[in-house]
Parts: sequence; C-alpha cells; structure tokens
Amino acid sequence: MNNELELSIYVFILAIALGLELVHRVSPLLHTPLMSLSNAISAISVVGALVIAGSGDAPQLSRVLGCIAVTASTINVVAGFLITDRMLKMFKKGPAK
Amino acid sequence: MTGQIWQVTYIAAAMAIIASIKWLNSPVTARQGVLAGQVGMLLAVIGTLLRHEIVNYEWILIALFIGAAIGAPLAYLMPMTAVPQLTALSHAFGSFAAALVGTAEYYRYASAGKNPGAFIMTALAIEILLGYLTTTASVMAFGKLQELIPTRPMTYKGQNIVNLLLLAVAIGIGGWMITDTAPVWAFPVYIVLSLLFGVLLIVPIGGGDMPTVIALLNSYAGLSACAMGFALQNHLLIIAGALNAASGFILSVIMCKAMNRSFTNVLFGAFGQAITGAAAAQEAKPVHSATAEDAAMLLEAARKVIIVPGYGMAVAQAQHKLAELTDALVKRGVDVKFAIHPVAGRMPGHMNVLLAEANIPYDRLVEMEDINDEFPETDVALVIGANDVVNPAARHDKTSPIYGMPILNVDKAHTVMIVKRSMNPGFAGIDNELYYQDNTLMLFGDAKAMVSAVLKELPALTAA
Repeated sequence: MNNELELSIYVFILAIALGLELVHRVSPLLHTPLMSLSNAISAISVVGALVIAGSGDAPQLSRVLGCIAVTASTINVVAGFLITDRMLKMFKKGPAK
Repeated sequence: MTGQIWQVTYIAAAMAIIASIKWLNSPVTARQGVLAGQVGMLLAVIGTLLRHEIVNYEWILIALFIGAAIGAPLAYLMPMTAVPQLTALSHAFGSFAAALVGTAEYYRYASAGKNPGAFIMTALAIEILLGYLTTTASVMAFGKLQELIPTRPMTYKGQNIVNLLLLAVAIGIGGWMITDTAPVWAFPVYIVLSLLFGVLLIVPIGGGDMPTVIALLNSYAGLSACAMGFALQNHLLIIAGALNAASGFILSVIMCKAMNRSFTNVLFGAFGQAITGAAAAQEAKPVHSATAEDAAMLLEAARKVIIVPGYGMAVAQAQHKLAELTDALVKRGVDVKFAIHPVAGRMPGHMNVLLAEANIPYDRLVEMEDINDEFPETDVALVIGANDVVNPAARHDKTSPIYGMPILNVDKAHTVMIVKRSMNPGFAGIDNELYYQDNTLMLFGDAKAMVSAVLKELPALTAA
C-alpha cells in the first residue's frame, strides 16, 4: 500500500464521517432540497470527465466517451442546482404571531 | 506554478461543497448553501481546466454547453410535482457520466497496454459497476414515477435468486479483470451485466418505496464518484462523493425507519404484492360518507384542524386549493396545522416542497413525532390522499403487513374526514379500518375538486 492510497483512504473515512454528521442534522422539512443538492454534487464526476475528455494521450474512444460524460454530468449539475434553488425559493416562514 | 493553482482551487472547491451541505441544515441559510455548492462546482471545473494535462478545449466547451442547454430547461419546465422524477433522471445522467469515465479510463490503460495495478483496477471496477447499475436503475425509477411503466411491484418466482446470481457473476467477472488475466470480452460483458442488474433491481419495487430507493441511488452515485476519486487519485472527488454517499445513506435509513422495514425488505420484499388478493376478498362494510357542505360546516365550527396530505394530493395537484382553504379557515380563527409523515409522497420531504410551492409557511408543517400527541384535542383531522400512513392497524394488528410502522394517530381526533377517490385500498393493498370508524366521514371525489367544493361552501356559512 503506497502513501497516496493510504492518504486517500483517510480522506474517504473523514469525509464519510463528516457527511453523516452534517446530514443527520438536516430537518425533514428540507429532505427534498437535500436530495437534489447532493444529486447536483454527485455530478462532481464532471472533474474526471473533463480530465479524460481533454487529455492529449488518451485514445480517441476514451476522449469521445469523456466528452459524452462531460455533457451528461453537466446536465446533472445544472438541473440539480437549478431545481434545488427553485424549490428553496418557495420555502417561506409565516408571519410572526 | 499552474500545478499549485489547480490544487488550491480544488481545496477551495472542497471547502465550498462542505459548507454547502452544512448550510442546508436550516431553511434560513439553505439558499446560501446552494450558492456555495454552485461556487464549489464552478471552482472544481475551473481548477480542472487549468490542469496541464488538459490540451483539447474545443470539444470540452461544446460538451459543457450542450449539457447546460439540456439541464437548464429540464429544471425550469418540470412542474414541482415532478421533482421526484426529475431527481431520478438527473441521477441517471450523473451516474452515466461516472460509468463512462470509468470505461474511458479502462480503455486508456488497455490501449496503452499497461496494467494500472490491482488497486486502481478495483476502484475502476467498482466505479463502473455502481455507475451503470445506478444509471439503469434511475431510468427505471424515472419510468415508474412518470408512470411510463407500471408502478406496482413486478415479481416472479425465484426473482431474488436470479438477481443475486447476476450480481455474483458480475462481481466474479470484476474480480477476474482485477487479476489482469481476463479475456477482452470480459469487460463488455461486465458492463452489460451492470446495466441489467440496475433494471432488475427496480422491477420488484413499488411506487410507495420510491423515497427509500431514490435516496439509495443517490448514495450509489456518490460511492461511484468516490471510486472514481480513488482511481484518478483525486481527493476532491473522494470528498464530494463521500458527502453524497453519506447523505443518500442517511436519508434511506430515515425512510426505512419511518416504515419500520429493513433495507433488504425494501429491496427484495416486493411489498404490497401478495396481500392484494386478501384485501379484495373482504366484504363491504358500511362507511359514513359526507358532502362538501357537511365538511365545510364542521371545519368552520372547529377550533383546531390538522391536515394530513399524502401522495393523492400530489397526483391531484390539490396543494394550491388546500392553501386557499387554510387561509379561509385561519381567517375564521381556526388553528390549522399540517402533519407530515416522513414517507408521505414519492421522495423524502416531498409534501414539504409541494406545500411550500402553494405558499404555505413552513412553520405550519409539523413532523409526525411532534404532532401525534395533539390529535386527541383536535376537532377535525382532514386526510387528503394519504392512506397507509394513517392506518391504525399498524399499531395493533400483528397480521397486517404494515404492523409496527409509525403512523399519524388521526383516528384519535374527534372527527376524521378522508378525501378519497374511491374505496380502493392504497399502494400497499391493505384495507384501512380507519374508514369504518364511527367518527370518520368519507368525502368521495378528486382531492382538488373536493377541496374546491368545500372552499365554495365556506363563505356562504359566514354570510348567514
């Protein structure tokens, strides 16, 4: 096991722990926005897609697949964030009683 | 130097994404959270474009543009009731991207004739398996939610064995690829099996279990991004993927708890299939039905009303009329609250979003644990399109399939009014004894039409 792998595993464990801690506290009121926000964030795979689509040494097939992946993950990012914001705009507190 | 710039950008992106989830904790900071998420994603894309190994820009920009051109209208044109479908569809695109990246990476190594090592191959294999199965599973979930395919669970004998065998074969081929001794055909077969498993996974799942399943698919998409992070040795991917996996996992656990069922039961149980026969055989019992006028009179006279919305409200798009009715009652001095069951609707928090769309302030919406004690002093409990989540059998009938599921205790209210299209049992196919109680009035009709009718009867009463 090399150092890079060891570090990655640490990052993974800490991020999972942080995620469980953060999400646990989200009120059920916001579960749908949470779903669609994390849906948008899962499109972080756009990073990997960009790397392979733009790389100079990858074969043609890989680059084409990479470009399709960029398109698909961009749809995910854009739709995810816009729908989350559209939903949250509607959440209003009632007048103070 | 540029090497450091992209690394710093990635770190900033990771911080923004963590802040984004944190701010989603409260409705007050939630929109700020979305902004942070967008900034984080933008930084991630910019940071990536600054990396020196990126040399072809034109195609990337075209791809980004096409993606945005499809994604934006998708988010704006879909009606709010279609949020579950949209999320499922969006999942499908995201996990398809992850799967394609894994495939592209695999071919990159294969064409260069080098072996990336067992560790990276394992990460790629996981990424590809989860990516493709989430893609087809999400498309299937979309189809069921949009009612393009039947929403009821489809089962056949030995289904679970077939599914598990398929998964075992896929994992076996994955392991074979990792040892680097697999023939060329193994990889395409692996992809096909992953795709197929995604379809078979959703086939036996009914519409009412969708909240759990969508959350679970969210978790898979995150894990797939994580695996990609391991394969590409990219910590930003690992962090964002792990946050996402954790959020999907917690939500699905919350959904399972709210139904008093286990994961295995949701995934392999094909809920609501076996019992339909028994329910249909039951003899007709008398129910009290009432008119919109009766309902209006009771609501007008009540001091405290609790409204229980369910999926039927979403289907009939009754939330706006319901908001008008709420306003009218509040003006007459009635205390109106909404009781939200965790699994009401087709995705976690579905009812909250629809009621928010209708401008109902969120401090009127009360969660199950907080409102259940209030039913005994409630004059009218108005149930709209909800069924299993208010079935008292869950409390006492050990033979009922929903026994043990936490429910809203509407039966304890002085009067229960139920808006329902017909006496057909709900998604689980279970008869609801609540309908035959002496204090229950059935309002037969479409939720939206019935609420409008009740609303129309109200002003006449005050004028008198």
